[in-house]
Amino acid sequence: MYSEKVMDHFQNPRNVGEIENASGVGTVGNAKCGDIMRIYFDIDENQVIQDVKFKTFGCGAAVATSSMATELVKGKTIYEALEVTNKAVMEALDGLPPVKVHCSLLAEEAIHAALWDYAEKNGIKIEGLSKPKSDIGEEEEEEDY
Amino acid sequence: MDNKVIYLDHAATTATRPEVVEAMLPYFTENYGNPSTVYELGSKNKSAVTHSRETIAKALGTDAANIYFTAGGSEADNWALVATAEAYKNKGNHIITSKIEHHAILHTCEYLEKERGYEVTYIDVDENGIIKLDELKKAIRPTTILISVMFANNEIGTIQPIKEIGAIAREHGILFHTDAVQAFGQIPIDVDELNIDMLSSSGHKLNGPKGIGFLYIRKGVKIRSFIHGGAQERKRRAGTENVPGIVGFGKAVEIAIATMDKRIKQETELRDYLIDRILAEVPYTRLNGDRERRLPNNANFSFQFIEGESLLIMLDMAGICGSSGSACTSGSLDPSHVLLAIGLPHEIAHGSLRLTLGEDNTREEMDYVVEKIKGIVERLRSMSPLYEDFVKAHK
Repeated sequence: MYSEKVMDHFQNPRNVGEIENASGVGTVGNAKCGDIMRIYFDIDENQVIQDVKFKTFGCGAAVATSSMATELVKGKTIYEALEVTNKAVMEALDGLPPVKVHCSLLAEEAIHAALWDYAEKNGIKIEGLSKPKSDIGEEEEEEDY
Repeated sequence: MDNKVIYLDHAATTATRPEVVEAMLPYFTENYGNPSTVYELGSKNKSAVTHSRETIAKALGTDAANIYFTAGGSEADNWALVATAEAYKNKGNHIITSKIEHHAILHTCEYLEKERGYEVTYIDVDENGIIKLDELKKAIRPTTILISVMFANNEIGTIQPIKEIGAIAREHGILFHTDAVQAFGQIPIDVDELNIDMLSSSGHKLNGPKGIGFLYIRKGVKIRSFIHGGAQERKRRAGTENVPGIVGFGKAVEIAIATMDKRIKQETELRDYLIDRILAEVPYTRLNGDRERRLPNNANFSFQFIEGESLLIMLDMAGICGSSGSACTSGSLDPSHVLLAIGLPHEIAHGSLRLTLGEDNTREEMDYVVEKIKGIVERLRSMSPLYEDFVKAHK
């Protein structure tokens, strides 16, 4: 049911772990619907994401989308990271089964939540980034697929 | 053990036994005749069908005339509910069932409620999945026409107090149906002793073929056809008999009954070995379902902080077939209704694993499975933000 790329990122997830004193941390999803993603950013003074780590509670697709999302934002500026959409994550994974599309949305939300945390910690405003609706909040992904 | 699949999903389906396949084969080729015909080629197949019917009836302690073949367990469940509702509508419009039934029961009840105006009460179960008998008694109304409670649960293996439920139903003049898809052929069932009026079963759960099942209907229960057409099955279930399926089912039942005592002993021992080791060696793990009153082949665990589908994929990569009640495996966002009904929080229900044994499984396989589960659970926990939070909170 999963593409080879999804299976590869599930079996060998990239960037698993934590970053101590991270520049930004974002946690999205909730245990009720079975997916929680947490992304850590280490962002330098030029607003470049030097390092990224993640932890995910969820299905194979949730792990793979987290892994791919971290790959796509690593080394990018925060504005480039903001451009990484769920569609981009899905395409990079050669697609997801329709019932798993919400996992890719969660990955996009996790990136945004971590960027928001970074912006708040540094008292800056990132153009085009809106406040994440909630950390480990109410499920909303149902309407998205 | 590297190249071999360890099959631990016997509650999902089983391999058709070679003896069963062998018994079936002639009925696809040389004995292909329609049993309803006059000529020898067809009419002689009637006796093959009768023989299977007798084998099954004997296994349940009843007469062959009370066994009606269907295309499987779901059809038998649908038939029992819908036909009873129709046949007894002058008596009442109320049905009682439990919250942990198979969807073949639950969705049929929902259909009867929404489309046909029936009223259904869904009885709670306790933390081990056993139906609350006092609640059942209280739910009975003058308009109650049917109680349907599964014999043993497909997910957590809990065996219900069927005899007591049957006695309560009988005392109130209410029909009692039980979905015995998981229980028939695995544990002894006597429909008279247990006060059962209707019972559903399916061939492929006991090493028989798929696509064949039956509904036992006690003599005197006045339900009519569900599938309309010809006069097969004493005019109660139309359609040319699935002769190979019926023959195979009969053979599978014959073997299941002959080997039952031995299998119960062997599977219970293996199950307990697996349960004891997992609970002792994997921290933050619970057993779902009753420790004693459970099917001999069922083990169901919840591993905290991890999600079931990830676990299943990793087990599959290790050559182990299991199943889970997580949302991701159910195709919805909610985990199994059975695990929620026994009171598990969502995140614990998402981390469930069902392993159901068969007679060919060995202790060596269990050792391999335990080792693999230990490693996989540890790996998934190392990537789980829930585990991270838990560890930090308990430092």
